[in-house]
Amino acid sequence: MSDVIRKFTRSVPDWRPRVEPIKLEDATPEQLEALQVTPSNTKISAYVLTLAHDVETLKVRSPLFNGIMYDKGGLSREERELGALAASMVNHCIYCAAVHASRHAQIAKDTSVTDELFAKGTKADLSPRNRAIFDFAHALSQTPSEASPEQMSALRAAGLDDAEIFDLILSSALFGWANRLMHVLGDPVRKGSE
Amino acid sequence: MSTETLTKSTLRELSAIAEGSAAAAAIDGRSNIMSLSQTTEDAVLKPQETGAWSHDVRAALAARIAALNGETALADRYCALIEDARVADVADPLRSGKAQGLEKICDFMDKVAVQTRDIDAQDINALQDAGISDADIVRLCEINAFMAYQVRVLAGIRLMTEGRT
Repeated sequence: MSDVIRKFTRSVPDWRPRVEPIKLEDATPEQLEALQVTPSNTKISAYVLTLAHDVETLKVRSPLFNGIMYDKGGLSREERELGALAASMVNHCIYCAAVHASRHAQIAKDTSVTDELFAKGTKADLSPRNRAIFDFAHALSQTPSEASPEQMSALRAAGLDDAEIFDLILSSALFGWANRLMHVLGDPVRKGSE
Repeated sequence: MSTETLTKSTLRELSAIAEGSAAAAAIDGRSNIMSLSQTTEDAVLKPQETGAWSHDVRAALAARIAALNGETALADRYCALIEDARVADVADPLRSGKAQGLEKICDFMDKVAVQTRDIDAQDINALQDAGISDADIVRLCEINAFMAYQVRVLAGIRLMTEGRT
């Protein structure tokens, strides 16, 4: 399995499932509804076809995911991506880390933060605000959580209000979830290595 | 399955947030997320299509993961949903699940919950070799994944409210 990627990267890899995804032609009406298959939308990723094995959860997952990452107000999109990235680094989910590091770089119009994190991990040189956000999300992603009152105080000292802090809790916790699907059910592989 | 229903919001109830506090306002500002979190809990713990994992087994596995994360009140909540006494032991991370024929399942769930980064293809192969269907493997991962989210939101809210009136 030499095509499996083991190092963090911003280049989003392919994802190869370790279980057999459902076949679209065999999908039940409930699965088709959850997959949002329409005549103009028949390209469904292997990941989503894998999750379609548990259709009741898949149906509620997408609105929750989108709400946590994209709803207006509160923490900036860029900083929610940083929370997602911290969790994905703890869980070594190469695929999620790539997607969310690349989104961070895209939104921030700057690759330096994610370059630094991938090069130096927790020892990365970050701005005080990014430092507080990354450290809290990284600690919350341990099992059990190692997030501390001192780290909560550091978030407040860095200027985050309660709405922003709650969004950070949600976005990093959400990747505790996503990583346990993406990293467990499949491998990140070089593009086109199917 | 117990007739006890899950509360409207497990997160809200267990985090004991003081009404009128800044934390309560922040959480109310994301009421859609809180509501969707509860809908997901119900989908994971009490699905209509259970596959190989009954509501009792799901509640026991959820309690086990809550306990592994040190979330005692949450573990107690899920334990209270277990009606079949023969399954109750599975909720205890110190028990192997062998008596219930769930030893491999418990090993897998513990590793996914605690040593997520160390999971590799062999862990999935081991379940397949034990005759677990792919659909049931996905269902196990969804239970584990949802619990990872729920315990961390609870831990985070608790830190938000600690030391504040």
